[in-house]
Formats: sequence, C-alpha cells, structure tokens
Amino acid sequence: MKSLQKVFLGILIISSLILSGCGQKTVSLKKEVPLQKFVYNIGAEPQYLDPGKATGIPEFTVILNLFDGLVRYDTNNQIKPSIAEKWDISKDQTTYKFYLKKGVKWSNGEPVTAHDFEYSWKRALSPELGSEYAYQLWYLKNGEAYTSKKITDPNQIGVKALDDYTLEVQLESPTPYFLSLLTFTTYLPVCKNVVEKNPDWAKSKDTYISNGPFKMKDWIHNDKIIVEKNSNYWDSEAVKIDEITFTMVESGTTELAMFESGQIDFAVNIPSVELDRLKTEGKVTIEPYIGTYYYLFNTTKPPFNDKRVRKALTFAIDRKAIVENITKGGQKVALAFVPYGIQDATTDQDFRVKGGEFFTDNNVQEAKALLADAGYPGGKNFPKFKLLYNTSEAHKSIAEAIQQMWKKNLGIECELTNQEWKVYLDSRSKLQFDVARAGWIGDYPDPTTFLDMFISTSGNNDTGWKNTQYDDLILKAKGAKDDWLRMTFLHQAEEILMDEMPIIPIYFYTRPTMVKPWLKNYISSPLGYTDFKWAYIDEKLKSK
Amino acid sequence: MEINPKLFEPLERKEETTSKVLPSLNYWQDAWIRLKKSKLAIAGLIIIIFIGIFSFLGPVFLKSKYFETSLYNAYKSPTLEHPFGTDELGRDVLVRVMYGGRISLAVGFAASLVNLLIGVVYGGLSGYLGGKVDEIMMRIVDILYSLPVLLIVILLMVVLGPGLVNIFIALGISYWTGMARIVRGQILSLKEQEFTLAARMIGATKSQILFRHLIPNTIGPIIVTATFQIPNAIFFESFLSFIGLGVSAPMASWGVLASDGIRAIRAYPYLIFFPAIFICLTMLSFNFLGDGLRDALDPRLRR
Amino acid sequence: MSKFVVQRLVSMIIVIFIVATLTFMLAHAIPGGPFTKEKALPEEVLKNIEERYQLDKPLIVQYLSFIGNMLKFDFGPSFRYEALTVNDIIRLGFPVSALLGLIAILLALSLGIPAGAIAALYQNMWQDNLVMIFSLIGVSIPSFILATFLMYFLGLRLDLFPPAGWGSFAQVILPSITLAAYPIAFIARIMRSSMVEVLRQDYIKVAYAKGLKSSGVIIKHAVKNAILPVITYLGPLIAAIFTGSFVVEQIFAIPGLGKYFVTSIYDRDYTVILGVTVFYCILLVFCNFIVDIIYSYIDPRIRIAKS
Repeated sequence: MKSLQKVFLGILIISSLILSGCGQKTVSLKKEVPLQKFVYNIGAEPQYLDPGKATGIPEFTVILNLFDGLVRYDTNNQIKPSIAEKWDISKDQTTYKFYLKKGVKWSNGEPVTAHDFEYSWKRALSPELGSEYAYQLWYLKNGEAYTSKKITDPNQIGVKALDDYTLEVQLESPTPYFLSLLTFTTYLPVCKNVVEKNPDWAKSKDTYISNGPFKMKDWIHNDKIIVEKNSNYWDSEAVKIDEITFTMVESGTTELAMFESGQIDFAVNIPSVELDRLKTEGKVTIEPYIGTYYYLFNTTKPPFNDKRVRKALTFAIDRKAIVENITKGGQKVALAFVPYGIQDATTDQDFRVKGGEFFTDNNVQEAKALLADAGYPGGKNFPKFKLLYNTSEAHKSIAEAIQQMWKKNLGIECELTNQEWKVYLDSRSKLQFDVARAGWIGDYPDPTTFLDMFISTSGNNDTGWKNTQYDDLILKAKGAKDDWLRMTFLHQAEEILMDEMPIIPIYFYTRPTMVKPWLKNYISSPLGYTDFKWAYIDEKLKSK
Repeated sequence: MEINPKLFEPLERKEETTSKVLPSLNYWQDAWIRLKKSKLAIAGLIIIIFIGIFSFLGPVFLKSKYFETSLYNAYKSPTLEHPFGTDELGRDVLVRVMYGGRISLAVGFAASLVNLLIGVVYGGLSGYLGGKVDEIMMRIVDILYSLPVLLIVILLMVVLGPGLVNIFIALGISYWTGMARIVRGQILSLKEQEFTLAARMIGATKSQILFRHLIPNTIGPIIVTATFQIPNAIFFESFLSFIGLGVSAPMASWGVLASDGIRAIRAYPYLIFFPAIFICLTMLSFNFLGDGLRDALDPRLRR
Repeated sequence: MSKFVVQRLVSMIIVIFIVATLTFMLAHAIPGGPFTKEKALPEEVLKNIEERYQLDKPLIVQYLSFIGNMLKFDFGPSFRYEALTVNDIIRLGFPVSALLGLIAILLALSLGIPAGAIAALYQNMWQDNLVMIFSLIGVSIPSFILATFLMYFLGLRLDLFPPAGWGSFAQVILPSITLAAYPIAFIARIMRSSMVEVLRQDYIKVAYAKGLKSSGVIIKHAVKNAILPVITYLGPLIAAIFTGSFVVEQIFAIPGLGKYFVTSIYDRDYTVILGVTVFYCILLVFCNFIVDIIYSYIDPRIRIAKS
C-alpha cells in the first residue's frame, strides 16, 4: 500500500537525516589550529555558476571568490594586476596587450594560459551559449557582430592569444573604464580543456574547475555551497580563510534570526523595520552600493508631457522623511541621477560631488508655482492618475507616502496600483502606466551605466522621452579620447536629463549588512558583491 | 365515602383543552426558536454586529483618516491620541483597523456564501447523484485543486485589474472545493440510511430529498467547515492584495494589516496585536454563532 | 472492484492531461517570460537564448513537445536554474517536503482526533472549552504569522531549537508544528462535532445497555463512525499541507519543493511550472483515490451500496 511505503520511506529519510546531521556536528578531536571558516548568506539559489553566463549578485559573490581574472580590486578599491602582471595600452586606447604571469594554475593543476582567456571571451559572446551578459563583451571589436550572427568567424573578434602568456585585445572604441570591466565575471576565464569537452561543467561540484582563491567543495541545491581554500592558487599565501559556506536563505527575517543565533555570520538582507534597533546596537555596517531608486514618467501621456508638471511632482517629495523613516538604511537623498561612489576624471574626484545637486528636497513652494504655471493651480483639474509599483512591502510604503505628499502639497490625486513583477515589467516596457517605480544598480563604476539608459534607442528607456541633444552628448562621450572631455559631456547630459526630468530621482541605494566582528579585511564592492581573498578571522575575538 | 360535589367543577368544553398540540412549526421556525435559546450564539451575533458597527460607522467619530501619513510620527505605541498606536507611515492604526474590518467582514461573508451556495450544492449533488455524475464532478474538483491558484490570480489581475469584486471572483473559482468534498462524503454515507429510504417511499422528489433531508443532516460539518475557512478567506484576500488583485493601498484589510504587522513583531508588537485580536474575536463570534446555528438547524435535535 | 480501479485510473489520467493543458495555456497567457528582466536584454541576445530553449517556436509545437516529454517522465530543463532540470528539482525537493508533510499529517491526526473525541465526551465541560479555544486560535492564525512567532520565541529567544535551516532532527520540529496547527484545529473540531452526533445515536445507547465497557463503546463504535468526515477531510488536508508548505519552507529556509509552486510562476519558468503542477496533480489524485478506497472500507454502508 502506498501509505506503508510512504511511512517506510519516511523512516529511511528521517534516519539518514539524523545520521547526516550527526555527521555535521562532529568536531575534530585533535587539538589543532581551528579552521578559519564562516557562513555567508547569498540569499538565493544561483541561476548560473558559469562565469560566462552569471548575471546576479549572489552568483557574482560566489564566482568572484572561485575565480581570478587579469586584474582584481584590492582592499583600497584600486585595480591591481592579478593574473596579468603588466599591460600596454596603445596611444588610441583601442589596443591592450596583457602579459600574463607564468605558473598560474587551475584547481586541477593545469596551467592558466592566454588561450583560456581567448576561448572564454569568445565563448561568452557566442550565440550558442546564449549568455544573458554577452553584451558586456561588446566593447571588444566585432563582439556585437558575432553575438548577433552578423559574422560567423570567431577569429574576427578583437581578442587573441599571441602566445601562451600574451593576450592582445582590440576594442571597438576607446573605453577608459575597460580595466574595471575586466573584474566582471563575464571576463573571467574558464578552463578551455575542461569546458571544450564538457559543456555541463558548471552544473555540478565534481566537474567544476576554477582558478581563484577558493575552489568548490560542495553544492547542495537550494541549501548551500561550500568552497574551500584552493592550494593551486597562484597567490594562495595571501588567502587566510579555509572554508566559506554560502547559504541560500531568502527571507530577511529568517536570516536575521539565524544571524543572531549564530547560524549565519554575514547577513545581507536586513528587514528595514529592524534597522533602527540594530543600528543602535552597533551591529550594522552600511556598505556603499551604486544604485538609484526613482520613479518614471510616461512622457507620452498628458499631463506628463509637460516638463513643468514633471518637475512639480519631483520637487514636492520629502525625500529626507522617506530615507529616515521608511528605508532607514542610511541612504542619501537623490537630487540628481548618477549616484555617489563613481570616480570622475581624476581619482580624487567623485562624479556626483562634482556634478552637484540639481534641485532642493521638498521644495513645495516651487513645486506649487510650477504646477500653477502648467495650468493646474492648487491641483485643480489635474487628472487622477495611477502610480504603478511592483509587489513589495518597501515599494508599497514609499508609494503610499509619496501619494500623500502629492495630495497634501499639490492637491492632486493618484491611485496606487501594484502588479506582480513580470506583469509590471511588461506594463513598463509597453508604456502602459502614468508614473512607475524603478530602480537601477550600476553594472560597472562609470556614469555611462546610468546615463546610457535614456538615449532614444535604449531598450531600457521606459519613459518615452527622446531628446536629440542628449543622444548627441552620450555619443560624443563614447568617442571622446580624453577622460576629462568625456566627463564634461556626461555632466552636460545629466544637466539635460535633470532639466527635462523624465524621471523622479528619490534616493541612492546603500547595502546594510551585518557581519560578525571577528571577520576582517573583506572587500565590499560598491556593485554589491564581496571578495574574501584577503579576509581573515580574528580568533581571539571569535572565542570571546 | 361522602364526596362533596363542591370539590368538583364541571369541565367546560374549551378549545384549548381538547388537544394541547404544539403549533405545527416548519423547519425554519423551529430553528429560529432554538437559536434564540442559545446564549452563546446570541452573544456571537451581537459581537459580530458590534464589529460591523465599529468598522462601518466608527471612522465617522475619529479625526484621523486611514490614508493620512505622518512620517515623523511613525511607530508610536498606543496613546490616548492614537489608542492603537501608529504604523510605519505614522497612520492611526485604530481607524485602519476599522476600515480593515469592512473589507475582512465583506470577504468573510462572501467566502461563506460561496462555500454555502456553490460548495454545499455542488458536493450535495455529486454525492447524491452518485455514479458517473459523481465521478465527473469530483474530477472537476481535482482539476480545480491542481491548477496553480497564483497563475489564475495573476491572469485575473491582468484582465480585470484591482478591485474588491475581483476577490470574490477569485474566491468563487477555488474556495469552495474543500467544502464540496466534505459534503459529498457525508451525503454518500447518509443517502444509504433509513430515513432517506423512508423519504423516497413517501414519494419525495430528488431535490426534496437532497435539500430537505440530506443536507440538513450534514449541517454539522458544513457549519464547522464554513466557519473555519473564514480566516483562510481573510488571508487569501491579503495574499491577493499583495499580488495586486483586490483592494489597492493604502486601503488595507485585517489580513494585510496582520501581514504588515508580523514583520515588526520584535520591534513593535502592537502592530500585529490589534488586527490579530479582531480576527480572533470575529472568529470566536462566528464560531459561537455557528454552533448555535448547528444546534438550531440539526434536524436530529428537533423536539 | 477492479472495474472501479480501472475506471478511476482512466479518469485520473484524463484529469492530469487536462491540468497539464490548462496550466500550459494559463502560464503562456500571462505577460512576461523567463527572460524578461528589469535590465532589458538586447534583442540579439534574447533571440539567441530563446532559440536555445526553443521558446521561439510556435506555442502548439512547444506544447506537443512538452506532452511528448511528459509521457517519458522528462519535464525538461529549468529556464531559470541552469544546473537543474525539472526532474532534479522534484527529485531533490520532494523528499524534503514529503517528510515535513508526513510529520505534520501524523501530528494532526494523532493530536486532532483524540482531542476532538475528548471534547465530545466531556461536552460543555472544561476539556471541551479548552479544545475549542485552542482550535479557534489554531485556525485563526495563518502559517506565516505562527511560523515567525515560533521562530522568534522558541527558536531565538528561548533557544530551544535552531530557528531555521534543515538537516538535523531539531530543525524539523518548528516547521512541522506550524504546518500541523491548522489541520489539528480543524480535525479536532470536525471530530468533536461528528462525535457529538454519533454519541446521541440510539445504537450507542444500545451498546452501553448491552454492558460494553465505556472505552470499548467509544473506540469500537463511536470513534469509528465519527471519523468519517475526518477521512473526507484528508483529501483537502493533504492538498493544504502541500500548498501551505511554501510559506513554511520559505520562512524556515527549508530546501523543499513548496517554494517552486510560487517562485516558478514569478520567474515564468514554464517547464518548472508545468512539471511541479503535474507532479502535484498526480499526487493529489492518487491521495484522493486512496482516501476514497479507505472511505468505502470504513463505512460498510457505502461498500454495500456500491456492489
């Protein structure tokens, strides 16, 4: 009978679980130096652990610790040589020549060569692989052409291994931030010998070969990934951590409970309602995060085709109140679009600081004046419109607050609509909304990742706003040979954006985290992931 | 023995004394009398009416509006000015619980109605008619069970947009299946009992047998199931509103208030306390009322 | 009897087939696809991916190929998780959810039935009232509230069990209590109400009159007859446990199958939606089938009527 079998199966499962549970709790009996290990929550089962395909932050953190590329960020957030020991850049900035270290090995002992890099980059661009991030490599000459099948010969792509230890790269146009792009997972190498023979290599721990500070020890789906120190790593002396367990706890409340009970040592998903208490207890570290939370206007639909209306709605919001009382994560109010944390033309300048603020927060007076100027004094006759956001507690609270601010400050009515995630994305891309919520995290630390979005032809421009001057400036910035000139164009572009205001900037993201105090020297990238190559555990603090 | 005639009075022929027969009550009249007798049931009814008044008329007496935010006034514990405290946007929780009652009571009633009208009748027919009809009807229930409700709800949201009525539609599609199964099971066993045979013999029609005899004898499980599924309906509605079908923010039902409140249980427990109390109170009253109804409507208890 | 079984099997297959078809249609009817993202993919990239997963073929072709694979018990790859096929997902997640569900059902039956019986026996006395209050609370509090509550108070504050996770015996306790709460309450209530009616019956008085001991009467006659509505409830109960498991698994970070019922729809991971739905449907019809068989065994009146 089915039920008996079920019971029997159940007993089997229970006993095996108990036995395995016992196994995990076994402590080494020998009195040795304790293993340096900790638990980091990535918060989700990885979609791809193949560097050529990965797109999400949980994946980036794991992959970055398992692999190493031509260059790597150090603990001062500077790009330093890693597998490439030096490089030459041509005068026109379109040709790079990388000289690789010798003796770098894969976790299976095979040498890492320039051929691995050439193979990996061409593979990531290939249509057959179907990588969502293929476009990250379109900076390479003929990269886009190859992905779109306009050319079929991969040898025409601008990357070539001149010999085992020399890699020559040809770019489509000068890209001053190219070196920082190289830290991206899509530019990390995979082992040509392994991958050529086994396209499914990234699907299981037994076939996973990497070249970074750590190597994969175990991958239990929906539960955890365990990585251990890679003795074949060329810089393994710098690596102090022996083992990292990446858990996949999705709920922020659960993660908090597990952090406080000692099951997790590094939490990334703190519920905002707990932030006040945790901040006073000194448990929260607020990490930078290059991203902007904003609202979009459907500029094709009146009255939002009038920039005075758009500006009025933008000025009538009290961002400080939102950031202090709703999000509570130490976010900065956004009075422009490109966030802080991006270098300007020289390393000591921040793009946002240089660009300044474009308006004042909660400027109700000017908002009222603009609205009246546009023909709706006191909000009279202003059509009732819909504010669209995707299902989430946080977005709902912010939308509710802003709805009331507009009502109180301008006398206009809006209705809140929430839609499930993909329905919402669909509505946005089809311009089936009046005002919609949006958020954008930078892909790389350069203003273009924020400003490129609003050119007329961008697939990410969900506002219907088209401005030829803006397009021009962005194009000029792309072709600029001089970094100072490029930044000037970009600042000018942002000025136009802020004058036309097809969007409402609200705040700049941050990443509140909770980390046990004994875990030190890890690198928190402003793009959202964490590098543990140089991290270590202060055993004295831990045993307290 | 001398018997004094004065000790006896001639008995007059009065109509009332010929036959003291109780007036012939039909099923419903008898039920109402019995219901009135149960103190707990009446108490439950009164509490429900009170909650109804609280929800629908209460806001008239309050200054605060359910949508009025006051960001610098957030998360204040209960005070005289805000007897239930303020929520994460500084809104008065008391008035929000009142408005929440409107939605949750409406949903609770609608859900019970769906259960009774659709679930009972469907299950009753299926169980009574038996055979192939029963087979097909139960397979349809299996299909409705297996289809992912979330998919249907998203489709409804895309097609219909938000709104309270759409919640009733969503309830009407999936909510009654449990009741149908239970009723069908009961009917299957009841229809083989002697009283059914007796009813058939006196010539009762099929629908009379089903509605006058079989279903009333199932009244016990029906009432328990209907009452106990009301919280499901309330939280189903909060789930729907969360997805985007149903009432839009800032309007919130008790279910939504409770799910928002539970996130803050460690920091601000009063936020979950009040909606939860109201839900429990409503449940308690429906339960007492339900018990009273069951006792009143159960034919086996007729005197 | 075997004719009944065969007929039922045929109708089960039809049900599964209809569910698969309807789900396929519903899933493709809602906007968005597996690769719809906030950072919109460039057209060429999207085209390549859709080609790779055969999403560019006309719907009817996709449908037929899905049905064809389903007959071979191969539900295809997951569109979202490269390292998992749908079969993997079910194979890895189901035993976890099943274990949790089984424990919850056992808890529900072993606590609910006696509780309901006791309440009926001591009707209107303190035992009855206690059971009623607990069952009302159990039913009024939804699983996500109970789960958070238990996790915080028993798991964290009192440190009795690890608050979340899966792998040790202690970690099974909080989630199974959460899952079992509503069923215990419901079963106790139904059992009580049914038992109260049964106890009023004449045949119970006869049994007492015959001189049977109280416990004999109760167990042999009363409980056996009163248990019928509980058995009917088993069908919906098993369904409720499986759909309820999503919330519990998410809050307690348990790697079960439950979460895929919801996340696959949010991800528009068509193959997973279909695989998981069909699998659940198969389970459901089987469980109902068995419940119906048990039902006719327990109640001789139905058995006689059928033959």
